[in-house]
Amino acid sequence: MTDDLIGPSGRLDRRAMCRAVLAERGDMLVIAGLGAPAWDITAIGDCAENFPLWGGMGGAAMIGLGLALAQPQRKVLVITGDGEMLMGLGSVATIAVKRPPNLAILVEDNEQYGETGRQDTHTKFGVDLVAMAAGAGFPRTMKVTAPGELAALRAAIHAPGCLFALAKIDPAPKPLVLPPREGAYLQARMRESVMGPAAHHQV
Amino acid sequence: MQADTATAWPDEIFGLFKRHAIRQVALVPDAGHARLIQLCAADNTIELVTLSSEQEGIALLAGAWLGGVKGVLLMQSSGVGNCINMLSLAINHRTPMPMIVTMRGDFGEFNPAQVPMGHATQTVLEAMGTLVHRADRAEDVVPTVDSTLRLAFNTLRPAATLIGQRVLGAKTFSKE
Repeated sequence: MTDDLIGPSGRLDRRAMCRAVLAERGDMLVIAGLGAPAWDITAIGDCAENFPLWGGMGGAAMIGLGLALAQPQRKVLVITGDGEMLMGLGSVATIAVKRPPNLAILVEDNEQYGETGRQDTHTKFGVDLVAMAAGAGFPRTMKVTAPGELAALRAAIHAPGCLFALAKIDPAPKPLVLPPREGAYLQARMRESVMGPAAHHQV
Repeated sequence: MQADTATAWPDEIFGLFKRHAIRQVALVPDAGHARLIQLCAADNTIELVTLSSEQEGIALLAGAWLGGVKGVLLMQSSGVGNCINMLSLAINHRTPMPMIVTMRGDFGEFNPAQVPMGHATQTVLEAMGTLVHRADRAEDVVPTVDSTLRLAFNTLRPAATLIGQRVLGAKTFSKE
């Protein structure tokens, strides 16, 4: 299954972007914010190294911070939406202060609350999350708008140094591809992937 | 309350952190936690994460546990209100989530603005599935925190110790 790189609006297709970013991901751990980012990473391929969220809006990036600090040898990527990131703006400052070199955040910015009826978010009116992240002190920031930049985006995610990236994406809804809903399973499978079977005996 | 007991419990909580292998401490500062925060900051095996808002700490500790690291959230009772929806993560994923809460709006409070959230702290935590125990005497603080850590990590759920203003003393707004 492939998607055109560009959607009807002329902006990047979110699934094609995710596929490019997650290609040859190695042992990278991926947190996805609730809604479309969770469906996106699942559409590319569900696995134990994926942690798709069904709730906790505003918390995806901080889950990434906790995991990146806990596993400094593993690359951690947070993929989330503009609405979800706007709800956790304070965490942009918190993460910039800690700036673990193995953490990358990628905002899929469609300028909409896609799951609730496609209402405008603040980014539609010019709120610039990349500028905010740079202002908070992220050592590396990146804004992506064209298919030709996807290889550089993927390389930036895998390179060392705390990264805040944002891709302007087409707002057209994509087919739902739902991950497992059982939260205890999602947590346990990632812990086992990181620590082996001993994960289930940690006290 | 004995002065030595009053000053000893933050050091003893720090000792519990070491015994329970706590390696991430998330916090929005509170005067009641000042000594404990100082001890954690000086320990290079503990990652101290100052938060913009307490709800960030719930998500941080969920991520830490994904990576096999045990953490604790320190906050004032008003911060509990900021955590409520994010506690869904701990319930949904069965994540150990120990919280140590210093109370405001409690015994002898002066500031009316602290009372609504202080009055509601235990109720809203329990409404979000948290096991809550209070410590209202200095000698109860350490065993209660120990119990909270055990409940959180042994039974995989949010658990909180509320340290009352009877222990901490109400904040004074004058020189008297």
